[in-house]
Order: sequence, then structure tokens, then C-alpha cells
Amino acid sequence: MPLSGAPYGEHQIVLPEPFDESLKDAPIDLEIRIEMFRKQHQIRQLEKRLYTLFLEGLVRGTSHQSMGMEATSAAFGVALRPDDYSFNTYRGHGHTVARGVPPEPIIAELLGKATGLVGGKGGSMHLTSVEHGMMGSYAIIGAHLCIANGAAWSAKLRGTDQVAVAFFGDGATNIGAFHEAVNYAANYRLGTIFVCENNLYMEYTPIAEVTPVRHPAADRAPAYGLDATIVDGNDADAVYLAARAAIERARTGGGPSIIEAKTYRHGGHSRADPGKYRPDPEVEAWLDHDPIPMYHQRLLDLGVGEDRLTAIIQQVAAEIDRAAEAAKSAPEPPAEALWTNVWANGGSQWRN
Amino acid sequence: MAELTYREAVAAGIAQEMRRDPSVVFLGEDVGGAGGVFKTTAGLLEEFGPDRVVDTPISEQAILGAAMGAAMTGLRPIAEIMFSDFFAVCWDFVANEIAKSRYMTDGMVGCPLVIRSGNGAGLRFGAQHSQSIENWAMAVPGVKVVAPSTPKDLIGLMAASVRDPDPVLLFEHKALYPSKGEVPEGEIVDELGKARVLRDGSDATVVALALMVPRALEAADRLAAEGIHLTVIDVRSLVPLDTATILRSVAGTSRLFTVEENPRLCGWGAEICSIVSEEAFWDLDGPIVRITTPHLPLASAPNLEDLALPDADRIAATIKAALG
Repeated sequence: MPLSGAPYGEHQIVLPEPFDESLKDAPIDLEIRIEMFRKQHQIRQLEKRLYTLFLEGLVRGTSHQSMGMEATSAAFGVALRPDDYSFNTYRGHGHTVARGVPPEPIIAELLGKATGLVGGKGGSMHLTSVEHGMMGSYAIIGAHLCIANGAAWSAKLRGTDQVAVAFFGDGATNIGAFHEAVNYAANYRLGTIFVCENNLYMEYTPIAEVTPVRHPAADRAPAYGLDATIVDGNDADAVYLAARAAIERARTGGGPSIIEAKTYRHGGHSRADPGKYRPDPEVEAWLDHDPIPMYHQRLLDLGVGEDRLTAIIQQVAAEIDRAAEAAKSAPEPPAEALWTNVWANGGSQWRN
Repeated sequence: MAELTYREAVAAGIAQEMRRDPSVVFLGEDVGGAGGVFKTTAGLLEEFGPDRVVDTPISEQAILGAAMGAAMTGLRPIAEIMFSDFFAVCWDFVANEIAKSRYMTDGMVGCPLVIRSGNGAGLRFGAQHSQSIENWAMAVPGVKVVAPSTPKDLIGLMAASVRDPDPVLLFEHKALYPSKGEVPEGEIVDELGKARVLRDGSDATVVALALMVPRALEAADRLAAEGIHLTVIDVRSLVPLDTATILRSVAGTSRLFTVEENPRLCGWGAEICSIVSEEAFWDLDGPIVRITTPHLPLASAPNLEDLALPDADRIAATIKAALG
């Protein structure tokens, strides 16, 4: 029996806290803020275009979008060093963009084209770009938290101060791999940063209905001797401050961190899901708590000219247009690609 | 030339590679301070220190995840899964993550790592600590699978696995740990994907793996006394599979028997039977016969466990009956 006992779809709604206006005065360089603004737009506009491409029937398979959740990935994308590692979930388009991957290979990958980021072999759920530190998008809940530990361990043994970030959803906090990973990282003081993007729904079920604590990631942290930070995941400045602190801690041998970013997806869980189980007042309140218009206004309040912001938006739009056209006209992967890259020798032979 | 136990060969093989390459690291439950629950890894912590030999919590997912993440970023990890039965709690990492990362990223992300594990029956440990799961592993595209039967092969295949750029599952047979064998001095490096003909005979070819190898050899000895001469091949590597050696032998003997410890359905021998049937059917003078553990969980009572596993008596009797 769910904790609330409420019939499906009639659960108690969770409203966003108002934006913290004092963050306008946070010690964050204005150019960093401009970059976070740009990345949020890159993600939003890419996701919108991908949605259009679904409607045109050009994207097959499933896809999990992050409209409404851009602030967290954008803030980490700016806070991380290029040689740091990030590990995403299958809801990873935004995190991929945030690390600096251009839109064309991402769109091409979703269209199943040879010019896709991973040659058309991965698709939406497996975007990867090692040259950008984006070590993969993982589609089985929880595994990549353990894998991120390995990257952090490797950095430590190799004597670098690279950190590893694992992004995951609220639903992942109820799988064993989450607990194994956090325990492991805490025990060996690995430089892993666990970032829970809590969008209130594990998939189609409210996380509160299946979890006995209010903050599914943060409330578990004390069990592993860790403090957790809860932030407004729709406020890039809030996330950036938390990211900066966690990264500094990880780089200097202080061990892992858990950050729980409260957020909301504007759409359903996946392409097949209209998200009708979410009560209207909740959806409306969170649509009002949109990270992008808020951040636009904050930058205006900080004295950035509207013309500069508009120019960024237009520049991003033009880039997405170009990328989409190039991806559409790219060829399919050649048939030979079916047989390549099972093994390091490039082939797939399993017998002589 | 020195005589080592199969047990000692584990530590010797790991140490050889850790001395050679500082990026080789080793992790698992009770592997360091305790030297392994089977005492296979004694001395490694003392020689290589706690940065490179890590005693982990009982967290098989965390172990394989750490190994994978480290392999993706420049290390060459060896991870231990204490009993191969425990792969069931971390199979996601083998089947979904480690095996598929290279293909899914079109070659961008590789996982050069070794997962070694105590496999097989004979110790009366019951159904959850005795399984032979090599056939689970070979069913997953993207992992290599080896199962040595002697101390020398264990060291050589360990070295080949560590140096291989692809992920390798190395199955040690728990019942072989006390067995002894000659091991040459100096570095030993073997090759994946090579079967070994251990005995030549003209009447039939017998392919076996791990603990079934000495049992097949014993059966061959007994049948030789009765005038039946067998070729015995240690398959050693299931992926890659040395079908050439097997097909060549069958072309000469015209009969094939597999001796498998894994439960019958979809055991590794079934794949070999399929290949030989398709590609060497006209070489055969009679049906191929599989000698396997029945499709049963294993019991802990010694007599029941012994009844389940192919032994030299059953192997010899089955072959003799089939050859008429």
C-alpha cells in the first residue's frame, strides 16, 4: 500500500519553493552566468527540436527529455573542468550538451545516422563523448553510480585531481546500486559527486509513494556518514554554488558529496508518456517555476542587456537549425557497421 | 620448473602482471588482508599495498562498477567475484554495461578488465555456491570467457586476459585449487582462443573444460586399456572459441563427445555440437554425444553431488556404449 493511500493520480501535490532572489547577489562571475544561460538555451532548444523530429516520425525508439530540468546540467557543465568525468542517465541529452558536445552529432544519433555521436549504435539513451569527459549515458538504473566511483578511483591512483559526477533521478535512490555506490565512495573517500535530479516522479509513480523519506537522496546520506545539499534544481546559480563546493571537496581529497536538486520535467517520463498522472495544479506551478525565464530576468537585473541575451538565443537557434538540417541529410550507417567494434580490434569475431 | 598448486598459481599470475604494469589493480571481497577465502590471493596485499589491492565491502555491483570505471579511464583492473554464483547479483554490469560499452559507443569506450571467479562444484557447497556458469557468460556478446584447468594455464591465461584490451571473465575451478602442476620459470603468457590437444587417439574426440579435463583424461586412460583410443581436447577458451582445432580433430576421429559441468540446457558443448553438425556433418560416423551435469540444481550431500557431475566412470561408460 502506498504511504499516502491515495488512489493513483490523486496523490498530494508537491509545489516548488519560490526562487531565492538573494542568489542574484551570489559570488558568481557574470561571464559564468552568461555561459549557464547559453547552455540552458542550448538544451531547451535542442530538446524542443528533438520533440519536433519525433512528431515528424524521424526519431524512432524511445527518448527521455529534460525540458524544465536544464539548470542542473548547465550549472555542472560550467562548473566542471574539461578533463573531469560525468556519467549520465538515459535522460542525458542535456548533460551531453552541457559538457560541450555540439548538437549535430546528438541529433544525428537520434535519427540513426552514420554521423551520430556514436555512429548510430547507441541512440538517445547511450550518448557518449569521451573527448568531452562525458563518459556515457546509462540506461539501466543505478549502474553508473558504481562506474563513476571507478573513474574517481582511477583518477586518485593516477595522481590527478579529476572528479567524477554521476547524475541520476529520484527513482535510482531505491535501487541497490545507489546504496552500494554511496557506501563505497564514502568508505574510500573517492571524488565522486552524486547528483540526484529529483523531478518528483520515478517514472509514472510519484517518488513519495514508494519512498519512506521526504528527500530520497539527501535523507539517505547520513547513513553513509555524508552531509547532503538540497538545492533548487531550477536555479542555475543555486546548483552552481553547490557544484563548486562539491567539486572543490572532491578535488582536494575531501571525498564524495550528495546533492539533491529539486526539479520537474515539463513532459512525461518518455516519448510514450503524456504524464497525465500529474495533477494539473502541480504541473502549472512547476511550469511557472521554469529555470529559463527566471534566469533571463536575473541576468537583466544584473545589468546584462536584453540585446545580448536575445543574440545568444538567436545564435543557439541558428546552430540548432543548421545541426538539424545536416543530421537529416546525413547517410544511414553502412551495413558493415553492424559487425564492427564489438572487440578492441574493431571486429566481432568470436571463433576461428 | 617448479611445482605449484592451482591455488598458488592464482596469486602468481596476478603478481606477475602487477609487477609488470603499475596500472594493474586488484579488488574484491576478503582478497587482501585475508588472502582470499580460498587463500588464492595470499601475499598480494603485502607486496603491492592497499592502493592496488583493495578489500571491498560485500557489494558486487560496486566492485564491478569500480572495475569498469577504472578500466574506462586508464587502469587495468582485476576484480574478484568470490563465487561465480554471485554474478547473479551483478550481472547487469557484465551483460549490460561491460560487454556492451564498446559496441554501443562504436568503439569509443573499452573496458580492458578481468573478472576472475571461483566456479564449479565438488566442494559440497550446495546449489548456490557450486554452479558452473561459463555458459551464462558465453551467451553475452562482448565478453571473452576462459576456464583454465592447470596451474600453468591459469598463470598464462591470467596474463593474456590482463593484457587483452577487451573484458575477460576468467573462471577458476574451485575443486582444482589443491591440484598441482609443473610451471616453468620466468614470465608465462598464453593466448586466448586456443584449445589444447592433450592426448591423441584415433577413435573419438572428447572436448572438456576445467574440472572435466582431468576426468576426461582419466576416462581416456581407462578406455585405452580396453583398446579405445581418445583424443582429449582442453577447450580452455569459450570466447574466442578455437573451433579449428576441434573441427580438425573430428575430421580425423569421426566421433565427438563433450564433457560439460554446466547444466545441460544451452551448455557450452551444445554450441560446439551445433558447429560440428553444420560444418563437419559428413566427417561424422555417429551421433555426437553430450555428457553433462543433468538440468538440475546441485545438492550438497556428497553422494548426490557426485551423481550429478560427470565423472571418469560415466564418461568412459558413455563413450564405450556410444562407440559400440
